[in-house]
Amino acid sequence: MFSKILIANRGEIACRVIRTARRLGIRCVAVHSEADAGARHVRLADEAVLIGGAEARDSYLDSGRILEAARKTGAEAVHPGYGFLAENAAFAEACAAAGIAFIGPPPAAIRAMGSKSAAKELMARAGVPLLPGYHGESQEPGFLEREAGRIGYPVLIKASAGGGGKGMRIVGRAADFAEALASCQREALSSFGDARVLVEKYLERPRHVEIQVFADSLGNCVHLFERDCSVQRRHQKVLEEAPAPGMTAERRAAMGRAAVEAARAVGYVGAGTVEFIVGQDGGFHFMEMNTRLQVEHPVTEMVTGLDLVEWQLRVAAGEPLPLAQEQLALRGHALEARIYAEDPERGFLPSTGRLVHLAMPTESPNLRIDSGVEEGDEITPYYDPMIAKLIVWDGDEGNARERALARMRQALAQFRVVGVASNVDFLSRLVACPAFANADLDTGLIERERAFLFPQDHEAPREAFLAAALAELFGEEEAARAAAARHGDPHSPWHLRDGWRLNGSHRRELLFRHGDDERAVVAACARDGYELDFGGSVARARGERLGHGMLRIELDGLSLPVAVIAAGEKRHVFLHGRAWHLVRVDPLRHAGEGGGEEGGLLAPMPGKVIALLAAPGSEVDKGRPLLILEAMKMEHTIAAPARGRVKAFRFGIGDPVAEGAELVDFEPIG
Amino acid sequence: MTIIKSQLDTRSDEFRANAAAMRALVDDLREKTAQAALGGPAGHRRRHAERGKLLARERIDALLDPGTPFLELSPLAAWGMYGNEVAAGGILTGIGRVHGVECMIVANDATVKGGSYFPITVKKHLRAQEIAAQNRLPCIYLVDSGGANLPRQDEVFPDRDHFGRIFYNQANLSAARIPQIGVVMGSCTAGGAYVPAMSDEAVIVRNQGTIFLGGPPLVKAATGEVVSAEELGGGDVHTRISGVADHFAEDDRHALRICRDIVANLNWRKEVSLDLAAPEEPLYDAEEIYGAVPTDTRKPLEVREVLARIVDGSRLDEFKARYGTTLVTGFARIHGYPVGIVANNGILFGESALKGAHFVQLCAQRGIPLLFVQNITGFMVGRKYENQGIAKDGAKMVTAVACARVPKFTLIIGSSHGAGNYGMCGRAYGPRLLWTWPNSRVSVMGGEQAANVLAQIRRDALEAQGKEWPAAEEEAFKAPIRAQYETQGHPYYATARLWDDGIVDPAQSRRVLALSISAALNAPIEPTPFGVFRM
Repeated sequence: MFSKILIANRGEIACRVIRTARRLGIRCVAVHSEADAGARHVRLADEAVLIGGAEARDSYLDSGRILEAARKTGAEAVHPGYGFLAENAAFAEACAAAGIAFIGPPPAAIRAMGSKSAAKELMARAGVPLLPGYHGESQEPGFLEREAGRIGYPVLIKASAGGGGKGMRIVGRAADFAEALASCQREALSSFGDARVLVEKYLERPRHVEIQVFADSLGNCVHLFERDCSVQRRHQKVLEEAPAPGMTAERRAAMGRAAVEAARAVGYVGAGTVEFIVGQDGGFHFMEMNTRLQVEHPVTEMVTGLDLVEWQLRVAAGEPLPLAQEQLALRGHALEARIYAEDPERGFLPSTGRLVHLAMPTESPNLRIDSGVEEGDEITPYYDPMIAKLIVWDGDEGNARERALARMRQALAQFRVVGVASNVDFLSRLVACPAFANADLDTGLIERERAFLFPQDHEAPREAFLAAALAELFGEEEAARAAAARHGDPHSPWHLRDGWRLNGSHRRELLFRHGDDERAVVAACARDGYELDFGGSVARARGERLGHGMLRIELDGLSLPVAVIAAGEKRHVFLHGRAWHLVRVDPLRHAGEGGGEEGGLLAPMPGKVIALLAAPGSEVDKGRPLLILEAMKMEHTIAAPARGRVKAFRFGIGDPVAEGAELVDFEPIG
Repeated sequence: MTIIKSQLDTRSDEFRANAAAMRALVDDLREKTAQAALGGPAGHRRRHAERGKLLARERIDALLDPGTPFLELSPLAAWGMYGNEVAAGGILTGIGRVHGVECMIVANDATVKGGSYFPITVKKHLRAQEIAAQNRLPCIYLVDSGGANLPRQDEVFPDRDHFGRIFYNQANLSAARIPQIGVVMGSCTAGGAYVPAMSDEAVIVRNQGTIFLGGPPLVKAATGEVVSAEELGGGDVHTRISGVADHFAEDDRHALRICRDIVANLNWRKEVSLDLAAPEEPLYDAEEIYGAVPTDTRKPLEVREVLARIVDGSRLDEFKARYGTTLVTGFARIHGYPVGIVANNGILFGESALKGAHFVQLCAQRGIPLLFVQNITGFMVGRKYENQGIAKDGAKMVTAVACARVPKFTLIIGSSHGAGNYGMCGRAYGPRLLWTWPNSRVSVMGGEQAANVLAQIRRDALEAQGKEWPAAEEEAFKAPIRAQYETQGHPYYATARLWDDGIVDPAQSRRVLALSISAALNAPIEPTPFGVFRM
């Protein structure tokens, strides 16, 4: 076994690898970019090496710098994690050439599975079932469009070198094919350095089921059962579970066999995942093989009781697989939810900023959290905006999935993120959604359940306003105590916050806005607390701050656990398992503040301009794409808001833009 | 320190009767205060709000640090005067905190007679400035006033302590480095224009505030020029062209925020030179004071029972406890602040006066604030006492009290008559703040004594003429005198005329005194040069 390894990755997966390595007595070297100097994986590692600038290509994708760091620190092996260089055959070769073990499959296997088209040909020869499609070399748009017609719409255009949901387009009709193809190729080129695409039949209501395989260098290969990753949005997995609901022992065995065949066909070694697209009839078709450890590997670990990173290390060190197929067993049910800094209400737009507040549920044998960040850390625009993976498991026979779901709901209710937008509330609704609860799964579930997942009634409950008001009052009391301690007259009765008046009483209004709704809580001091009047209903309230945003409050004798986090003028109220985002209205505000909206088009987030699609001075119709912004590794098209004239672009191609920056001088016509 | 052991039997009939009587007085006080707090007539208030303006009281609440106390001064000013139409005297004054700085706030109430200055309005404004000067409190003027009340010009314009004194004070307060901040939220006409103009910094509200020496009607009459109020002296004119004001506010709230920012930039630091301690609540419930005060003023009031419910931990270290026992003197703390207490516990004798003079000297020497708790019908009379020189002893006490430069506070909890009022730091002796209880009586002597004295003189005159004075006639002679003293000695009558700074619910005495002492500590405690004591 190795005594020191280098982890060529960041975030939660780097932390995850360190956890196992540490348990096995292996020292860990972290590498990091300038943007990650204080990141959690750097803090956890035994040693850390700065390898370059914030942009991934200057650091985590720079194999030369990484190998130099490995040599300098004497690391015997490199764990690539997922993403970055994990499926880069050249990097695996470079490791070998440098005499450093690559904790992953042989370069040839990576290469064989790296091109989706070639992989499918290989699988067809090995007898693994495939979807109809074109996986050939020709990239001529006309030809591809004809192929699409032959396959039959809807079709899917996919980057040959792609993965992780990037570089994919569904096309419903021939008229949209050309533009979708161009965009897909552009994204493929920028994301993977390879513009090639393939076209295949788009399956209606398909499920995504994948098989975890493991092979050693001695010729053994096993599968560790399946994971159902059907719940996706924009081809990105949101919830993963094992086992797949409705899976029969026979089909599991058949899919497992096919996956092991696929792995053997490319001489696979290490951890890999064979992804299948599964029809509602249960028929499965090979999609691709991921030659790395998957993001969602923890669900497999939970239901098998194994540590896949340990297996990776043992296999890379030349040891045989710890267990044979017949020794592997599936127990209970596990679910994973990916918690991202993104705004579901704004099309899941990634969100960047400091994690002003981050509270996570406590880990237990039934609950696991893999996270790469802590409170105070920054979610930067340079990398994947994942905050954590929340994994729950239940072993209750008969209704393990139901129990696991209940655990997930409870865990999400305890998860609080402030500072960036997060998908926690969305995930809470998703796991509560009847379609998901009933395991009526397919990759279109989120789109289909929009009404449930994005409810329109957003009126915040009375308790949320009362809690926000109490947090404000307690906060003021605390601030007053702190100010008193620094004051030249520390015990002065003027420091008190009980609104004392000579021969009278005092009531004050605390104003909060929720959406467009402005509401007042009228507070009066009472013995041992406050009297709070909200729209005419009066509650006797008392309580205290417990720290980390938690409050113990009592409303008319009823105790309520609640957290209120203040960030600027925002007040995030976490109550009954969901968050209400209120805004504290300054009573001394005035109308003169806050700018009006002008005719410009604003950048929805920080990013970089990658294409200008209209000529300055030209007239365009409403909806016409004007500019493409690349941000958080995604393309965002900025379209004309109305019929009008493009007067000028304020940025050129390659220019970075800040969130809210005006991109185009646009003049509406008519 | 010695703890006062209460002897009160809170279950006795006497206690209950006393408490019920005091509670009725307190309820009446709260009711009248609430009534005065409304300000002008409902229609005026509605029109005021419709113009987008906040009421004077709302302005103060919005200006203060949220949730902090406000020590309002003379909320019952002009009560029962001017047809009872000038609520609170048409002006609100009080001490409150802005950005952690205790400030004197003076706010015109435009809903009361257009905020114009009646004689009591002027007196209340000047008293606020006097308190600000003595205690070094930055002044904030929330101006919304039509200026002097023209029909009463003889009572508000010409004399020394009339309207002009306001600006004289502003200049001299500023000279003493006590910040003067003007916020123009309505009219500032004629003399009123000098409030912002004499301020160190001034804010004006757009479309609401106007500053001019002569308003549009006067200008038209004088020169024929036709001009709108806004063009003549609105916010835009004064912040952009004339420079009469410094900050342009969109509305009342914005103006108040600018005002808060101004205070934040005062570079104000309160330094307290006293030996401070953590505050400690008294051992006994403050409301028990109600039952400790006899309904019959002729019955003695044990002042230690009152003190036990005001001072920290009910602790009082008495000075000369065995000597001159009708005056209780001693050291205690109120909300952690050390105080020397001088409290009546009976009539003043020569010994009590000597003891009081000695104790006041001690406090002045040590820089300890003084609290006078008044319940005094006067000095002892009679040949024995005059021959012993009680006038000389009283003079020593009056000299000590008059000269003492430490902050002095007076709380009148019962009678305040004659030279007792002087020796116990009555209004004329410059206490920083003077508070009364709703059962108190202030007059040169008690109504009964006055009636008796006058009746005695009359009887002597009649007897000299050989006439008889039937008892019924004597009673008819005395009744109106008693009635006059009762009316004029009543705390509402007194507070309406600003003979005090306000009437206090006895149970709130501790808080009022603590706020008063703390506010006074904004001014350094100075050494005292005493006058000649007649030995």
